[in-house]
Amino acid sequence: MCLAVPGRVLEIYEEHGLKMGKIDYAGNVNVACLEYVPEVQVGQYVIVHAGFAISVLDEEEARKTLELWRELAEAAEEEEQEKKQSHPGTQREEP
Amino acid sequence: MKYLKEFRDPKLARKILEEIHRVTTRNWVIMEVCGGQTHAIIKHGIDQLLPEGLELVHGPGCPVCVTPLELIDKAIAIASQPGVIFASFGDMLRVPGSQKDLFTVKSEGGDVRIVYSPLDALRLARENPDKKVVFFAVGFETTAPSTALAVWQAKKENLRNFFLLVSHVLVPPAIRALVQSSRNRVQGYLAAGHVCTVMGWWEYEPIAEEFGVPIVVTGFEPVDILEGVLMVVQQLEKGEAKVENQYSRVVRREGNRPAQELIRRVFEVTDRKWRGIGDIPASGLRLREEFKDFDAEAHFQLSQLKVEEPDVCISGEVLQGLKKPVECPAFGKECTPSTPLGATMVSAEGACAAYYRYHRS
Ligand code: SF4
Repeated sequence: MCLAVPGRVLEIYEEHGLKMGKIDYAGNVNVACLEYVPEVQVGQYVIVHAGFAISVLDEEEARKTLELWRELAEAAEEEEQEKKQSHPGTQREEP
Repeated sequence: MKYLKEFRDPKLARKILEEIHRVTTRNWVIMEVCGGQTHAIIKHGIDQLLPEGLELVHGPGCPVCVTPLELIDKAIAIASQPGVIFASFGDMLRVPGSQKDLFTVKSEGGDVRIVYSPLDALRLARENPDKKVVFFAVGFETTAPSTALAVWQAKKENLRNFFLLVSHVLVPPAIRALVQSSRNRVQGYLAAGHVCTVMGWWEYEPIAEEFGVPIVVTGFEPVDILEGVLMVVQQLEKGEAKVENQYSRVVRREGNRPAQELIRRVFEVTDRKWRGIGDIPASGLRLREEFKDFDAEAHFQLSQLKVEEPDVCISGEVLQGLKKPVECPAFGKECTPSTPLGATMVSAEGACAAYYRYHRS
């Protein structure tokens, strides 16, 4: 019940006086009620729960969360590469 | 899929895991409150990758699991009546009541329908004016806004054949009850990201302060969960007890204001019994007086059912983080997802089901 996946708003329309939207989850298109995210625009990502969008995803915050770990992971990878490159050299020098 | 794949990146997960190993110097017990997180943890084996002595215990955050047996029996009694369409989220159908489950009612000819949103139930009411449509409103603060709006809309449209069987529960009072219990071993909490999406996290600040426990609002993907664990451990190691937000791309401190506003207009706080845990004061929602016409319990005049839990099942202790599913003698033997003895084996979010599905023994 609680595993909401972010989906992209394709279209916004009204039904029975309620703000509704067509939401794209990587090719699967579903309908959700948008009454609780009145500010949402087409193209933004929303978190949907039990047929209702409850939050608009903040893309800047998503980037920030990933950025630090990406930098650290890349730095570690480079270090690894360097080690690999220098290692055979040292071995060859040994008698 | 965008905003999903990145948060499952094994490279990033490994880096955070290294950091957890680096900062952990002592034994700690952390509870993930939400069943969705339990599922992700067991699926990805996150608990087995943590430093020895850093233990994750599973919390009560499975709405299907904590719905009391009496209420399941009431649902079954209502769904068995002629002229009723009983609408429910799919995972409630196989939860065992004291005699049978909703699925059995359906196979015996009851009109039980699976819906994805309370608005689907509302549509059934519009389309079937000669039937009474009853929606089984279970769930935490995450689902409450959707049922609130369905009732609000039903009133606006003057639909007289739409009813709710309400079993909404609230997370912060449950955490408070667990923290205060004499058997509590938990030192820090991962708060459920989507409950906080609706309610914000200001409700947790007094709990963190009063009981000296760090609480980190956490998302559902491996990178989220690992980062949440890291943030709790960092606080524990420093002797801090704050509320922090790991899931900042979705959750804001004040939560979703329009959703809170409609919950407040439609529902009021009430005491509620949690299956396996017992009564928790001010831990549930019921319809306000103005919406009594939509209350299925009042309309169908069911007598107070008193039922006993089967005693082999230790799901109460599992839900409180006191025991792991594998400590139950029935686990994987008499009790499996196709022959569940307790609700924690039925729901996809239940800890027993997660352990069974991912072959933990
Ligand atoms: S394995 Fe089955 S019987 Fe045992 S605690 Fe879990 S749900 Fe209850």
